[in-house]
Amino acid sequence: MLTESAPHFRQPLLKTPFHERARALSQLDSFVPWAGYTTVDVFTSVEQEYFAIRNASSLYDLTPMVKYRIAGGDALRFLNRLVTRDLRKLAPGRVAYVVWCDDEGHLIDDGTVFCIAANEYRLCTAERQLDWLRASALGFEVDIREITEEVAALAVQGPTSARLLRAAGVAGVEVLKPFEHGEFSLAGGTGSGTIALLVSRTGFTGDLGYELWMQPADAEAVWDALVAAGSNRAVRPIGSRALNMARIEAGFLLPQVDFVSAAHTLYLGTGRSPIELGLAWLIDFKKGHFTGRRSLLAEVARGPQRQLVGLDIEGTKPAHNALLYGDASGRKEAGSVTSATWSPTCKRNLALAMVRAPYIATGTQLWADIYLNRELVWERRMVRARVVERPFFAPARRRATPPADF
Amino acid sequence: MSAGGPNRYDALVVGAGHNGLVNACYLARAGLKVLVLERNPYIGGAAVSRRLYDGFTYSNCSYVCSLLRTEIIRALELPAHGLQIIPYEGGCTMMRDGGHLALYDNHDAMRREIARHSRNDAEAYDRYVRDMLRHCRFIKPLLLRTPPDPTSFRPRDLKELLFLGRHFHKLGETRLYDTLRFFTMSCADMLEEYFESEIVKAHLAGSSIIGTALGPRSPGSAYVLLHHYMGSIDGAVGAWGFARGGMGAITQALAASLQASGGTVRASAPVAEIRVRHGRATGVVLESGEELTAPVVVSNLDVKRTFLKTVKPEHLPSEFLDEVRRFKIRGSSGKLNIALDGLPHFPAIPQGSPATRGDMHITDTLEMVERAYDDWKEGRWSRAPYVDMLIPTQIDPTMTPDGKHYMSVFVQYCPYRLADGEWTAARRQAFGDTVIDAIARHSPDFKDLILHAEIRTPWDIENEVGLTEGNIFQGELTFDQLLFNRPLPGYAQYRTPLRGMYLCGSSTHPGGGVMGAPGANAARTILGDLRRVQ
Amino acid sequence: MSAATRTRYDTIVVGGGHNGLVCAAYLARGGRRVLVLEAAARVGGAAVTREFAPGFRASACAHLLHLMPASLMRELRLEQHGLKFAAERLPTVALAADARHVALGPGAPAPLAQRAAADAAALARWQRQIERFARALHPVLTETPPRLGTDSWREAYALLGVGWRLRRLGRADLRELLRIGGMPVYDLLQERFSLPLLKGALGLDAVLGTNYGPRSPGTVLSLLYRAAASAGVDTLALPTGGLGALSEALARAATAAGAEVRTGAVVERILVHEDHAAGVALASGEEVSARSVVSSADPKSTFLGLLGSEHLDAGFVRRVAQLRSRGLTAKLHLALEHLPQFPGLSAAELRARLVVAPSPDYIERAYNHAKYGEFSSEPALEVTIPTLCDPALAPPGRHVMSVIVQYAPYQLAAGWDGQRQAFTERIIATLEAYAPGLRAAIEATELLTPLDIEREFRITGGHWHHAELALDQLLMVRPVPGAAQYHTPVAGLYLCGAGAHPGGGVMGLAGRNAARQLIREAA
Repeated sequence: MLTESAPHFRQPLLKTPFHERARALSQLDSFVPWAGYTTVDVFTSVEQEYFAIRNASSLYDLTPMVKYRIAGGDALRFLNRLVTRDLRKLAPGRVAYVVWCDDEGHLIDDGTVFCIAANEYRLCTAERQLDWLRASALGFEVDIREITEEVAALAVQGPTSARLLRAAGVAGVEVLKPFEHGEFSLAGGTGSGTIALLVSRTGFTGDLGYELWMQPADAEAVWDALVAAGSNRAVRPIGSRALNMARIEAGFLLPQVDFVSAAHTLYLGTGRSPIELGLAWLIDFKKGHFTGRRSLLAEVARGPQRQLVGLDIEGTKPAHNALLYGDASGRKEAGSVTSATWSPTCKRNLALAMVRAPYIATGTQLWADIYLNRELVWERRMVRARVVERPFFAPARRRATPPADF
Repeated sequence: MSAGGPNRYDALVVGAGHNGLVNACYLARAGLKVLVLERNPYIGGAAVSRRLYDGFTYSNCSYVCSLLRTEIIRALELPAHGLQIIPYEGGCTMMRDGGHLALYDNHDAMRREIARHSRNDAEAYDRYVRDMLRHCRFIKPLLLRTPPDPTSFRPRDLKELLFLGRHFHKLGETRLYDTLRFFTMSCADMLEEYFESEIVKAHLAGSSIIGTALGPRSPGSAYVLLHHYMGSIDGAVGAWGFARGGMGAITQALAASLQASGGTVRASAPVAEIRVRHGRATGVVLESGEELTAPVVVSNLDVKRTFLKTVKPEHLPSEFLDEVRRFKIRGSSGKLNIALDGLPHFPAIPQGSPATRGDMHITDTLEMVERAYDDWKEGRWSRAPYVDMLIPTQIDPTMTPDGKHYMSVFVQYCPYRLADGEWTAARRQAFGDTVIDAIARHSPDFKDLILHAEIRTPWDIENEVGLTEGNIFQGELTFDQLLFNRPLPGYAQYRTPLRGMYLCGSSTHPGGGVMGAPGANAARTILGDLRRVQ
Repeated sequence: MSAATRTRYDTIVVGGGHNGLVCAAYLARGGRRVLVLEAAARVGGAAVTREFAPGFRASACAHLLHLMPASLMRELRLEQHGLKFAAERLPTVALAADARHVALGPGAPAPLAQRAAADAAALARWQRQIERFARALHPVLTETPPRLGTDSWREAYALLGVGWRLRRLGRADLRELLRIGGMPVYDLLQERFSLPLLKGALGLDAVLGTNYGPRSPGTVLSLLYRAAASAGVDTLALPTGGLGALSEALARAATAAGAEVRTGAVVERILVHEDHAAGVALASGEEVSARSVVSSADPKSTFLGLLGSEHLDAGFVRRVAQLRSRGLTAKLHLALEHLPQFPGLSAAELRARLVVAPSPDYIERAYNHAKYGEFSSEPALEVTIPTLCDPALAPPGRHVMSVIVQYAPYQLAAGWDGQRQAFTERIIATLEAYAPGLRAAIEATELLTPLDIEREFRITGGHWHHAELALDQLLMVRPVPGAAQYHTPVAGLYLCGAGAHPGGGVMGLAGRNAARQLIREAA
């Protein structure tokens, strides 16, 4: 259960229903805040946790993901005016990755929409959106309720995730195709009865994986069943740091890292459109009006000014926050890196970067300005970086249905 | 520059308030022989720490710090001269029904706190803070600039107008409209674009009326609110804090900085008259009869006191004097300084909350604040006043003996002129009792803890500090008295009709609050003029 | 489009109020095929003359014509289309409880100069100055507001034009304009005048139809605005047959120019095809197509009602929803058995515009109530007895008294139902202080609160100006950024009502400006 041991002015962050279990397994006591909750940054080591994602299965506490129940006669019309995609084709049992923009066509946030039933949806997103959702609801008959605290969520991601779920007693998940969800149950939990689960084949790792949505009261039983089933099979709980490596490999964006939400920008010109973020495929200009449509059309007409691209960078040192240049001498500014990691799976030095228009084409040669720390003697290096396609890592197993055992 | 003779200076500054001292510091640092003259036996003007009750230090007038420009603190090396500013830890409004809204630094605590009153408001608060930061970002670069005269064709003014035009243009169309709207709105209308909960609106509205003869429903009050958000502490925009040792610590540090650069301050040296010959200020005569001369005379007094009481009228054009007379400087604030035998208990605030370690308010609806203003319009003090009370001794260990506390209570509204007669000692006491009773409704042991209370009405503030009508901003912060209109159209660049004479007080751009910008801006103008003469 | 589609029009004007009709007339004169659709049985919107008691008729909202520029009336040849005036250049009389009334303007019965010579001189100075301001500001009202912060040369040029005209005022006037522009009228009056009665009467002009009291900053601007509309020419006029006669003349002007005017046609929806306004759907189910649609309805009705949020961005919709549009002005009509006696005024002098606002403090106190959702216990009033100039408005020998009442909040805390009678009583009691025995002459009364105005004239909030005339809802932000140049985010949809620049009052400029903008954009 959600426990509130101390008033908010002493303990501003809430604990998720998995918190006690996570704390028990945490070796480093390394927690970070996320959307009002305290969550694990690293349990044991980033490397071990990363390999759980790519080699076996990982458990990631997703509860702080902000969830809204959106229902009512106009729920679909409301959502279709909110997001850039056309959701009219989204049937019950399907999930869609969506983004939404402000009037200027700048991205506010991204998230997933679950179609639960006709005119009943669930929107999951990294940050609270009520203020914008309420503005967007003016003129629509729609009921928007935040249900974050009512739903605990756990991501089970990795090549063995389907097998792990089966082993833990969740039967039948193999029928789920990517971006499908369904109701399942976990038999033989710690209690006597079965536990109802909503399972979606979604994730933030670019690998085979599922997300489990449940009553907070069932959270510990589900955790225990998965941990028991995965013991000695390299299954691990993971923290945000390991997940971040995987999501960069998968080419996913992180708000406030790869772009600043238009809901927060203070400076002018820092808002980013989905087109600039390489998400033009999410925009359906033909579906009718949605917020930002006219601005985005104007942007299309103007042509791209800048774009988020993938980079493959020389060397092994992650190019965190590096400035990018079009020439080795550093005279032509080209942009900057937003996310960077060494990819242990691809054996490549990867980055996401926002670069200016003449440098966005795949294959473009850039130089990254990297600072190297040699025992506190700092060196500056200009290293080659090449614009490459995303995702960097896209194994076939992520889409295979039914999934393989590993 | 050189100045011969003991009574001859390069510059004389009339009034040792914070702006006069800032001004003198900059002039002294430029190599001028500067003397600051102060009427009172103590320096500081309205930024003072005085001991009126045994063992207790009060921040008698201004009581908290945020607006003092970081550029000035650094340039004048005030930390080296003893200035330390410590941020608040919280804040709250206590409600008549026993509830409260607290303000917390932590974003998540703040969100959960507002969500107790309205979940919608908890999230709208992020948009509110973002928009305030955007407006602050826009206005801050303008504070340390001299406003242009929009009617002038001089290159200097045209250049500055062009700068402003570009500054505006850089906002882009949408934000430009947002900014224009914000600067012309009433605080109530502005808050209603964000919030639904009365307590949230009431708490935030406080800053829109402080020192102002407006209510939260008056257009322009949103700007006054921003005026209180423009400061920062260590980069935290909008943060407020205490000067360690009371607000006098600021003026003491300024005086020390001045002395270190060769300037002098003389207390108990009331200026009787600014001397003028052939349209040029030549020096001052003290009430003692002593004469001091200087080619530059700077007045830190408000514009009314300067021109109506300190310069003989025959030296000034009559239309100018008419304009000075109509300058609006109506007092609207009172102040109580209270010595407490212990920390009062506020049952509304939960045990352990830092909500009492910052501003505490007791007006819990916009209507209550607006009604407080209605009383002022009728020439009486607010029967249910807005108070901004602080107990800085919870954080500052220097102001009282251990276990004792000092409470500063700023009161809005209190008129300079009462509808039913002059201020008397009895009326002052009645005003004080109104305030104390209002606070006591939220703290059962408060009255019993009171050891001493200093009660100040606008009338008292005028008499002691010298601020005309007791207006704490040396003139109201309304559209007609801001930017190029402050203090008077055509005289917004610190110069006066008299050559060699300047204004450096809060009557000038960018206005009141312990900001120091008028003093610094005036110094820049003076030094520029001196260079041109040479 | 459905099979019901009939003639294809160039432009459909939604709403046949005075702005809609002005817009239609100018569009038709510009060679466009125009259809005006008015929901009511008669044209005029809130500028109509209604029978409020058997045989008694009165102008529903505004009862005097003074804002409509002469150029507009000339261009549309309104006199040829039947507009006649029962009275022109009416004076204003500030009523005093002690019957020592003060008349302002032409034909003064009790010259101000005798009462307060200094005030009379100050008033003359002020009137000359405000005339100069009005002439300089008038072009701002007659043009599309320039956009700010764009890189367009055209906009920059327009802005420079405004700047240049203001600079031509000369340094002293410009300084004064920049100083007083944002001031409370209370302070301005305090600076210039001493007689409370004079200050009250001038102060009322600054707050009439607004949500502010004389101490509210920005109220001087509404005074300047009022003057600027008529370019400083003082023209209080009473159209024969009431304001409805003006609307009828406008309708004839529009028809003569080729526009079609249909009444009883309730527009339910504005149709959008591929992000372009394509016509309207009527409540009857009929659909009429057109290349563009101009709405004289208030911005909230237009965007949130007729168009619908789904065609607009959420941020824009939020701005529209936040538009302050709650009326604070009521109208009282009295059917009088005989002409009431006003001690100190002859029957001829009663033809004037009578003002009950004995001092700025009086108005401010009346406003205090409104802030808390109460009606003014002692309201400020603007009174006319139109039957003195236009006897046909009442049965022979009888009279109509038309009273504009400030303040009556749209959202009365106690709710208007059950409070109408109490408020009517308060107004009559206030009037009786100046016209003892008035009550005995009353045969019938009609009170139109903002709520009634909303219901009868389809104006959201019942605000006379559709949207509050406040500094933050003027010029390039009126009604909201993104719709301040008459065009809206939806191509082919325009605004031409009081909610658009330069606002309401029977001025007609929003209609004319919108028509010109539409023609310019189509060119």
